[in-house]
Formats: sequence, C-alpha cells, structure tokens
Amino acid sequence: MSDSDTVGRPGAPGLARGPRGGAAPDTAPEAPISTPKGSGGTPTQPPKVITRPGDKIFKALTVGSGVFVVAMIALIGIFLLIQAIPSLADNQANFLFGRDWDADPEGGLAFGVLDLLLVTVFSAVFALIIAMPVSLGIALFLTQYAPRRLARPFAYLVDLLAAVPSIIYGLWGAYVLAPALSPISTWLNENLGFIPLFATGTSNLAIGQTIFTAGIVLAVMLLPIITAISREVFDRTPSMQVEGALALGATKWEVVRTTVLPFGRAGYISASMLGLGRALGETIAVLIILSSTTSHFGFSLFDGGDTIASKIARAAQEFNDPRGAGAYIAAGLVLFVLTFVVNAFARAIIAGHKEYE
Amino acid sequence: MSTATDLNRPAAPPAFQEINASRRFKNRLATILVGGTFVLALAPLVWLLITVIAKGFQHVLNADWWQKSLAGLTSRQFGGGVYHAIIGTLLQGLICAVIAVPIAILVAVYLVEYGKRSRLAKAVTFTVDILSGVPSIVAALFIYALCITTLGMPRSAFAVSLALVLLMIPVVVRTTEELLKIVPDELREAAYALGVPKWKTIVKIVIPTALSGIITGVSLAIARVMGETAPVLVLVGYTTFINYDPFGGSMASLPLLMTSERLTTNEVGEARVWGAAVTLILIITVFNLLGSLISRLTSLKTK
Amino acid sequence: MAKRIDVKDLNLFYGKFHAVDGVSLAVPPRNVTAFIGPSGCGKSTVLRSLNRMHEVIPGARAEGKVLLDGEDIYASTVDPVSVRRTIGMVFQRPNPFPTMSIRDNVVAGLKLAGEGDRKKLDEVAEQALRGANLWAEVKDRLTRPGGGLSGGQQQRLCIARAIAVQPDVLLMDEPCSALDPISTLAIEDLIQELKKDFTIVIVTHNMQQAARVSDQTAFFNLAGVGQPGRLVELDDTERIFSNPSQKATEDYISGRFG
Repeated sequence: MSDSDTVGRPGAPGLARGPRGGAAPDTAPEAPISTPKGSGGTPTQPPKVITRPGDKIFKALTVGSGVFVVAMIALIGIFLLIQAIPSLADNQANFLFGRDWDADPEGGLAFGVLDLLLVTVFSAVFALIIAMPVSLGIALFLTQYAPRRLARPFAYLVDLLAAVPSIIYGLWGAYVLAPALSPISTWLNENLGFIPLFATGTSNLAIGQTIFTAGIVLAVMLLPIITAISREVFDRTPSMQVEGALALGATKWEVVRTTVLPFGRAGYISASMLGLGRALGETIAVLIILSSTTSHFGFSLFDGGDTIASKIARAAQEFNDPRGAGAYIAAGLVLFVLTFVVNAFARAIIAGHKEYE
Repeated sequence: MSTATDLNRPAAPPAFQEINASRRFKNRLATILVGGTFVLALAPLVWLLITVIAKGFQHVLNADWWQKSLAGLTSRQFGGGVYHAIIGTLLQGLICAVIAVPIAILVAVYLVEYGKRSRLAKAVTFTVDILSGVPSIVAALFIYALCITTLGMPRSAFAVSLALVLLMIPVVVRTTEELLKIVPDELREAAYALGVPKWKTIVKIVIPTALSGIITGVSLAIARVMGETAPVLVLVGYTTFINYDPFGGSMASLPLLMTSERLTTNEVGEARVWGAAVTLILIITVFNLLGSLISRLTSLKTK
Repeated sequence: MAKRIDVKDLNLFYGKFHAVDGVSLAVPPRNVTAFIGPSGCGKSTVLRSLNRMHEVIPGARAEGKVLLDGEDIYASTVDPVSVRRTIGMVFQRPNPFPTMSIRDNVVAGLKLAGEGDRKKLDEVAEQALRGANLWAEVKDRLTRPGGGLSGGQQQRLCIARAIAVQPDVLLMDEPCSALDPISTLAIEDLIQELKKDFTIVIVTHNMQQAARVSDQTAFFNLAGVGQPGRLVELDDTERIFSNPSQKATEDYISGRFG
C-alpha cells in the first residue's frame, strides 16, 4: 500500500512526494496545473499532475479491458474470415448464390449459402411480424394501462419469457406446439394454399416441423426483448406531454396515440431490430423444430429447411476436417455480418434520440 | 372553459359533456387489445411451464436423478441420473463467470469512471452493444476457429466457457455500467476529500455501493449462459460419464444431454430429456433466487 | 496542524469558461474564514480549489498559486491526493458512505490508506466523534449504518470523518444548507470548537451564519453577467458587516441585491 506513508499522522511530512529541490520556482508565471499542455514548471519535469502508481495500474487495467473488448469483435470477424478463406477457395459452387450445401470434403466442396440465408431471413421476419404488434401491446399495457401496483410483477412475468433457455422453447415448439398448430396450418394450406406463403411445403403439416411453427416460437422468444426496451422508452414520455393531452380531455387511447407512441416510435423500432438480430441468430430452437430437407426453399411457411445457425449446429459434432468446418465457418461469417449490420442499425436509431437518455 | 359562447347557452347545460360514442369505442377497443396482448404473452409461458413440469417433474423426484450419471445405461434402460450433466453445466457456467465478470466490471469502470465521452469509450460502448447481439453459434464458431483449429486444443468444457465469456461480458458490462452511474458523485467526492486515491475510491467505495445490484446481474447472467446450447454442441463432446476436468475430454451438460437424448426416440429418452429440462429450469431459478437473496443480504441498510 | 493558506492570483476555469478571476487572499491558522456572495459568484469554486477538488470535475483547471504554509499545493511535484489528506472537506449535503457502519465511516480515510490496527482505529473513531460532538449520541450504535442517522448527525459524522485523518485545514461547503435550525446550531457550535485545532474556511449562503461563526469574511461577486466571479473584499467579519469598504459589499449585506 503505497498510499499509507503520508497519512493521518500528526505532523505528517509535507505535501510533496518527491524531492522539491527548486522545482516550480515561485517566479514561474503560472504554476503548471491540471492541464498537461500548461506552460511553466521546470523544463526537466513534464508539467503533469502526479498520478499514483496504484492509479496508473488500475486505469491501465480498465483501459486494457476496454481495448480487449473492442479487439474481440474485430478478432471474431478476422478469425472467421481466415478460417473460411481456404474452404471458399476450394468451393466449386457459388458461395453467395449457390442453393445447395455440400460441405463434405470428399469429392470436393460445393456449398452455397443462399438457401440457408433465405430461410434465416424469412423465418426471422415472420417471427418479427408476429412479435412486433404483440410486444407493442404488452409494452403499452405495462407502462400505461396496468394498475401501478401490478405493473412490476406483470413486467417480471414477461421477463420470465427471456429466462427460459431456447432449448426448452425448441422442445416445447417441436413436441407440443407443432402438433397443436397442425389444424391451423392444415386449414391455411387447404383454403389459402393458392398464396405462395401457404402453399404446400417440404414439411409434413401433421408433424408441424415447419417455418410456421419455428416462426411462432421465435416470436414468443422475441416478446420479452422487444417489450423490455419499448417499455423503457415509453416510460420516458415527458409527463408534460401526457398531462397536456389529458388536460385537453383526451381519452387514454388518444393520450397514447398522440404522446406515447410518437415519442417512443424510434425506440420501439430499434427494439424490434434488436429482436430481429436475435431471431436471425437463434440456433437450437430452430434446429429442433425444423425438419431438414434437401429440396430448395420455396418461400412457403410450410417448408422445412435450415437457417444458417441451425445448419452449423446440425453439423457441429462432425467438425473434424478443417476444410469442411471452414465451409460452415464461412456461413457463420455471413450470419455474423448480418447480425452486426442489423444490430448496428438498431443502435444507430436509438443513438440519434437524445431524449431517451 | 368559460368563453363568451357559454353565456349564450340555455340556462343549465350539463356540467360535463359526454364523450362521443366513436371516441369511447376506440378507447375501449384499444384497452381490450392492449390487455389482450399481455394475456397472449403469458399463454405460452404458462403452457410451456406446465408442459415441462407435466412431462419431466416425476423423473427428478428420484434421489438417483441428482446423484448418479447415465454411465453404463443403454438407451432402453430407465434409471440413472443427470449428476454428470449438472456438474458440467455448473462448472462451465462458473468458469465462464470467473473469467468474464472481472473483465466486464473493469470495462464498466472504464466507461463510467475514466472513459466518459472519449473516442475509446464510444468504441467500447458500440462494441459491447454489438457483442450483446452476436449469436451464440457465432461465438462458438469463433472459439472453434481460435482454440481448436488455430491453437490445436482439443474440444473441451473450457472452450465452451470461453465462448460463454463472449456472451456474458456484454450483459455484465451493461448492468454494472448502469449501477455505477447511479452511485452518487458525492460519495466519490467525499472519498477524494479524505485523500483517497481514485482507484481506491472506485474499488472500496463505488463498487461496494453498487455491489448488491452487480451480484444480481451476475447471477442472472450465469443463469442465462448455463442454458446456452450452441456452444456446447460445437465445442465439447457428450459423455454419460462424470467428468470434472474442464480441459480434458467430453463433458456433459444439461443442454447437451437434452440434444443428445432427444435422438433416443423412446420413453427412456423422453424421460431423460424432460427431466433434464425441469432440472435446468430449477437450476436457473435457483441462480435467480440466489442472486436476489445475496443482493438483499448485501444491500444498503439504513437502520 | 493548523496551517495558513495564501492564495495568489488564482484563476479557475471550467473548460473554456472562466469561472473565477484573479483571487488573492490569506487565511491565518486557527481562524474561521467565511466566503459569502450571491449564487454563481465562484465562492464554492474557490473553496474547492483550495484542496484541488476543483480539478475532479472533467475539464476544470486552475492557474495561480495556493500556498499552504508557503508550499504551493499546485506545484508539479505535489500529488493532489496528499493535498486532500492535508486539507479536508465537508460538503453541502451529508454524504456518509452507505456501505459502512458509523465507526467505519469515521475511520474510512485511515482504513483506505492502509491503517489496519483495530485498536488504533477504535481510538481515532472515538476521538474524532468526540471532536465532532457526536460521541454521546452514537457510542452505543457504532456498528449501525451511517445512513440511519438524522441529517444533522450525518453531517457531524462527515465532519468526524474529515477530522479523523487529522488535516491541517478544514473546508466546509455550505455545511448547514441541508439542515434544520437546531442541527445548524450544533454545527456552528462545533465550528467554534474546531477552530482551536484547525484552520477553517466555510462557504455560506447565510449572512447571519457568517457573522456568527467567522473571524474574517470574504465577499465574492460577479464582475457582470457572463463575467468571471472575483473577490470583492476580505476583512474582519465585524468590519465587513458594520463598515465595509466597498459599495458592492454594503449593498449585498444590507440586502439590496443578491
């Protein structure tokens, strides 16, 4: 403890920690103070505030941790890229536009990510379309409608949705929800099958291992994410605006529509984007629910298939050949870039709104 | 409200005017819809919990379930337990926390106490935001590319923990940052005025003041990463044996056990999967409760 | 203990904003000096610059000299941390450490500096609490949290904490502004006692308080709107309140502005 030396003893030695021999002569025009660029002082001594070793070390540790985190995100991109390049070089198919995935190094790699990407985006967007209005409703309910006393426990219940591990969502979706949805999906398929969205897909509707099921499960998983941020933003609606609307005789709904929603719109959209990022990357729930298929994706909710994440996870236990693994890592890189862009976009929306601070 | 026109009205107008029907209808409709969404959100939660308990709870009531592994049992034999997987889940979660929490707290300290609005602080905040959105499968692939292909390490529980570190850091940074921000500046000033150096002020005054919240946040974060499945799928092999060595060989964990036993399509497999689901939910619950309990014990008292 | 302070041509800045212009004053040892003046005139800023607390605020800096018994606390060889150990401070709002007991609050400065001897710490705690006229009230609940005390007791706890590190000077930044009149009186009595051992500088909004507790009074004022604050005059308290040499001081004292 280097700090104990000058403390609290009666008649503690002077302030100076170093020898003061002539330093900072009294005639110096302005003593060098807290600004490093300050003039004056003896030329041999840097005009800086003395910092204790403890402070220097501790600050260096915190800065180092910060730099470490920044470096980490860069390293993720770089390492995935380095590992993907050899496999991409050997790839006999078009990586970005190929629709078939053959990552078995025997007989040559031929992997294209397009179908995986389409299923990923399609199912995530479907989930988002369901989750957005429901989350909006929940957030409004919790911030504007629920009795004050119950708002917190209610919010806790919604947060519990986020605490359930995704593997359990997957099991529930595949073994409980999927059969239960079967009548609905069959009805949609029989009556609205002329719409490509509800056309007969590659998955058996009786079992229900469809994008339809996966999307609904994903939507449930997104609810707590979108709700949490929207709630925070709605809560910050300036009470002046709300009271202003109330004083004009507005009904509750009119207050919400004219003050809360306009104020919180950007936060809500940002929250939804974050949810989208989550849905794009969800792995195990999708893996359990979707049936694997070799047919191409047909833009039907009743298709099976694989998202990028589920495809990687499906093959993960057999990553033994580095070139085969490289193909999956290339797909992982695509997913990384995709979620990076979506998340950065979501943050950019919120960053532009100082009133949310 | 009293304008000149009011004076010209008939003698006794109603004190309060009725809201017209369409406005009232819209208001009521909105209320019902908004309330409905909340019920809609709770339905899957309740349904899911009932499912898991109905299918799995009977299996965890057996003492063997908590004390034995599945070693030596075939996929047709009932019995045994998930002790090996519980150990794996706890071990991987705790190793992750031991690495992630100090880094995360230091990052949060940097952001609140040192960085302020510097360029590096902005970069760190942005990175933490992005990191919190990185899918767990990507984190797993990164650790695979770094440790297994590049450094030539074997698959191991430790690799899993490293992938979980990436997922845990942003969560703990966020919580800690928010908590440090609400520690009043007056306390920092009081310490400075006593001649306490900045780092000691942070370590002995600021962090302890925020500690109970940090503990809650950390235990929530541990609970979260223990349920992650993608990293265990990519980074460690499954085994039915008990393994305490995070650096050596296969190690089971509850999510990994569930994904492996899921492929056993008979009653035995089903019992193991849903039993493990109940176990996982129980462990997560315990960590959540433990967090709030410890934070209650360490929280600031005034009396 | 109890050293004198000489301020020479002190200029204080917050970033580009020039908050205080060219203050020079002398504070004799074992003496209470009060800083008075309208809000925003820089009196608290000057006070905070006397133990280098000013520079804790990002962007804040000081130019000029503050001499403690002839030694410049702003010299480049001086560690601001040891300055603050020598010149203690009590703040506007009582700010005991919420994680610590009453006893630990009092000895926080010593403990954080590495003093581990329990017996010595207990002695110091008692001494400081006696010195702050708080011992009788809290001696039975030393292990209870400091946050449980009343506002006035908390403030005296903070004074005990400040004197426990045995500083030479005690700075007080409106120490009574958050307290009720009875607690205020207790603090004012305490200041009279502390004067025997410490050099005290107190910022106050309350002119009666300045008149009651201080030996000399410094009046600060703004040179004009958007202009830096400056020291108008410093004199014996009696003269400031009866026969100030500056018109501005007289106007302020008599309530004509501010």
